[in-house]
Amino acid sequence: MSDNYEPNIVAFLCNWCSYAGADLAGTSRVQYPANIQVIRVMCSGRVNPLYVMNALQQGADGVLVSGCHPGDCHYMEGNFYARRRLGMLKDLMEFVGVDPKRFHMSWVSASEGHKWKEVVEKTVEDAREAGPFEGFRRRQIDW
Amino acid sequence: MTEKPKIGVYVCHCGINISATVDVETVADYALKLPNVEVARTYSYMCSDPGQSLIKNDIREHGLNRVIVASCSPRMHEPTFRKAIKEAGINPYYLEMANIREQCSWVHHDIDEGTAKSKKLVAASVAKVRLLEALESKEVDAEPSALVIGAGIAGIQAALDIADAGFKVYLVEKTPSVGGRMAQLDKTFPTLDCSACILTPKMVDCASHPNIELLSYSEVEEIGGYIGNFDIKVRKKARYVDFDKCTGCGDCAAECRVKDRFPSEFDMGMGKRSAVYLPFPQAVPAKYTIDPESCLYLTKGKCGKGPKCAEVCQAGAINFDQVDETVEFRVGAVIVATGFDPFDASRKPEYGYSDYPNVITGMEMERLVSASGPTGGKIKIFNGKEEIEPKEVAFIKCVGSRDESVGNEYCSRVCCMYVAKQAHLLRDKLPDANIRVYYMDVRAFGKGFEEFYDRVRRENVRYIRGNPSEIFKRGDKLVVKVEDTLTATPLEDEVDLVVLGVGLEPRADMRQTMELLRLSQSPDRFFLEAHPKLRPVDTATDGVFLAGCCQGPKDIPDTVAQAKGAASSAMIPLARGKVVISAQVATVDESTCRGCGFCVNICPYTAIELVTVNRFGHEVEVARVNEALCKGCGSCSPGCLSDSIQPKSFRDRQILPQIAALGVFK
Ligand SMILES: Cc1cc2nc3c(=O)[nH]c(=O)nc-3n(C[C@H](O)[C@H](O)[C@H](O)COP(=O)(O)OP(=O)(O)OC[C@H]3O[C@@H](n4cnc5c(N)ncnc54)[C@H](O)[C@@H]3O)c2cc1C
Repeated sequence: MSDNYEPNIVAFLCNWCSYAGADLAGTSRVQYPANIQVIRVMCSGRVNPLYVMNALQQGADGVLVSGCHPGDCHYMEGNFYARRRLGMLKDLMEFVGVDPKRFHMSWVSASEGHKWKEVVEKTVEDAREAGPFEGFRRRQIDW
Repeated sequence: MTEKPKIGVYVCHCGINISATVDVETVADYALKLPNVEVARTYSYMCSDPGQSLIKNDIREHGLNRVIVASCSPRMHEPTFRKAIKEAGINPYYLEMANIREQCSWVHHDIDEGTAKSKKLVAASVAKVRLLEALESKEVDAEPSALVIGAGIAGIQAALDIADAGFKVYLVEKTPSVGGRMAQLDKTFPTLDCSACILTPKMVDCASHPNIELLSYSEVEEIGGYIGNFDIKVRKKARYVDFDKCTGCGDCAAECRVKDRFPSEFDMGMGKRSAVYLPFPQAVPAKYTIDPESCLYLTKGKCGKGPKCAEVCQAGAINFDQVDETVEFRVGAVIVATGFDPFDASRKPEYGYSDYPNVITGMEMERLVSASGPTGGKIKIFNGKEEIEPKEVAFIKCVGSRDESVGNEYCSRVCCMYVAKQAHLLRDKLPDANIRVYYMDVRAFGKGFEEFYDRVRRENVRYIRGNPSEIFKRGDKLVVKVEDTLTATPLEDEVDLVVLGVGLEPRADMRQTMELLRLSQSPDRFFLEAHPKLRPVDTATDGVFLAGCCQGPKDIPDTVAQAKGAASSAMIPLARGKVVISAQVATVDESTCRGCGFCVNICPYTAIELVTVNRFGHEVEVARVNEALCKGCGSCSPGCLSDSIQPKSFRDRQILPQIAALGVFK
């Protein structure tokens, strides 16, 4: 692992809580590492666990999924589905030999700009520790 | 896909908001090299008129059919740019936004990092926009009526405005009477209008208005549907008094076997009520209610030889067989006006609220000075030996506000002024008393506030800058221990009466309302508005609005202003009679669906059902989405065994390329 290794993180954020929380971090000018790229979905329940594996396969070193706090889902139950599905995925990842540090799940509400920063820092730090991901054969985007 | 994507990429400088940390020209140059990108430009403000025209002209000149705007959050300007491209003749859903401001330039310092990240975000947008589909949003009829939850001054005002405009309003109030906290106040700062005098007419109006259906002593149990068509279920709690027969004469309360035995909620426990009661004389509706928790007959099953109230009621209104009733109706918009709870002073044990009867809260003071209060407006206290008129009075401000030790960082905005008001009212009643106010700061920010505060100080009310550390008893006096921070003098002031200027807190039962309507909380735990500046009465849920103290502490003028704002916003769908429902709903590929029904079970909105179709001569079951019910969350999709159900604009085939584009930057 070289010293200037910067992990590449893909994050899936629900529109109503976490994406809004990340926007609030911006409005509040909170600073955090630039390693994270966000894909907006309407609900964390929309995140297919395969997306996480797919991201790792495509070149991400870490993946984050963030939604509304349990009980606060804009769609009532979506984040419960996310929690179930992705919790299972986490176990499976360990089983197939992917360092579970590469995958984080969090609950960030629309008012938690500062929490968003902490979540990003933790995710980046853990992915940095885990090192570049070489586990799967890479596929490049086929434009 | 039939037509080849022709993409225009528009990178916004946003003044220097973006361009200070993102080299926008480099990003545009980079974008131009991405597949299918025909044009890439930068402009100082894309959202401005010339910015939008730039995009529109390009669409016409270059025949663009996809647009990417790399600027602020889509939560800010997606509707703006959708509208713009639609005006230029392309489907509004052929737009993708790259959030390079809130989630890039504002959160990173380094221009190289900011530029690199912006490139990635633009690349991901290009990957996605090529595969977006054209969508048509549908219009459905909106029910020309509204639900208002909570009948404090906020709810009353909102209901009256909507009803006056000619729409039907259902006003639901939890307690037996409308009025809220304002009904408990004596005078109101800064003009000293008598609270009841200005409020009572409005209370009466909202009960008698032909367009308002007042559901008092009721709670909303279920809210389904969406803007324009919310399906509401309300539980009307049993009053055990026939609403139509009760004349409000009060004979029942006078004869109640447990007459005046229970603390009156309205009088903050300082006065007493019977088990059958009217919360206060001007209560609206003027109908009695039997409290099931204090009534002998309802708790013990027996009340002497038979309930006295029933015996004396000439109208025969007492009915112990009454049960809760459910009413259902449909409305086009909802206003939440559930108000606040006063801070519970026992959470500051150093002030001895739970130990010393002569330490009272501001709310209790309102009742004490009120001519309709438990003492008829006389300021009398019991000092352990006798009833006296207090000679030394202390007010303490910021109790439960601006205090991280109780978890409330915020300012409650009304305490400075209500303390000044109460000091003034006491000065009137106790001309010779020593009145002191202990304060951290005085915030007299509103119209007429500073003038009022000045006046009160001239009335010989002493303002002492210091936050008392403790209140304890010495003989029959209370001692306020405090440091006067302006003179650095430690003081132990002996007083007869302490009034705690308690702040405003979110209601303890707000979770219930939150869950009904999927509302969020801001860091102060009050309900969160859609935008702190530009959408202060809206919520994240279309058609649901906020009014009054449920959104944050405010005084009556601000509450009324916000209620009027919420009412006028709520009337938009009602007046139009139509609402646009989202086109971004789930859809099923019936040729691959196996009809397993997993999605049917997952959907929280029962928007999916199994239907039988004929596939190549065979009758098979497939899932079908009811587009009016689907909210487009997409939770169904990961549960599908054959990837047949997909939310439009967030399909697998639209998201996977985004993931891939973000990955190539190893
Ligand atoms: C001690 C004190 C003195 C004050 N003095 C002044 C003053 O002099 N001048 C001034 O301008 N302001 C004053 N204020 C502020 C004023 O009280 C508020 O601005 C005002 O009461 C806010 O009205 P509201 O309708 O938002 O809330 P509320 O008055 O709290 O009304 C909310 C209503 O909603 C009902 N409700 C709650 N939840 C539900 C539910 N789930 N379903 C149905 N109904 C529900 C409640 O029962 C209540 O009737 C004072 C405040 C305090 C604490």
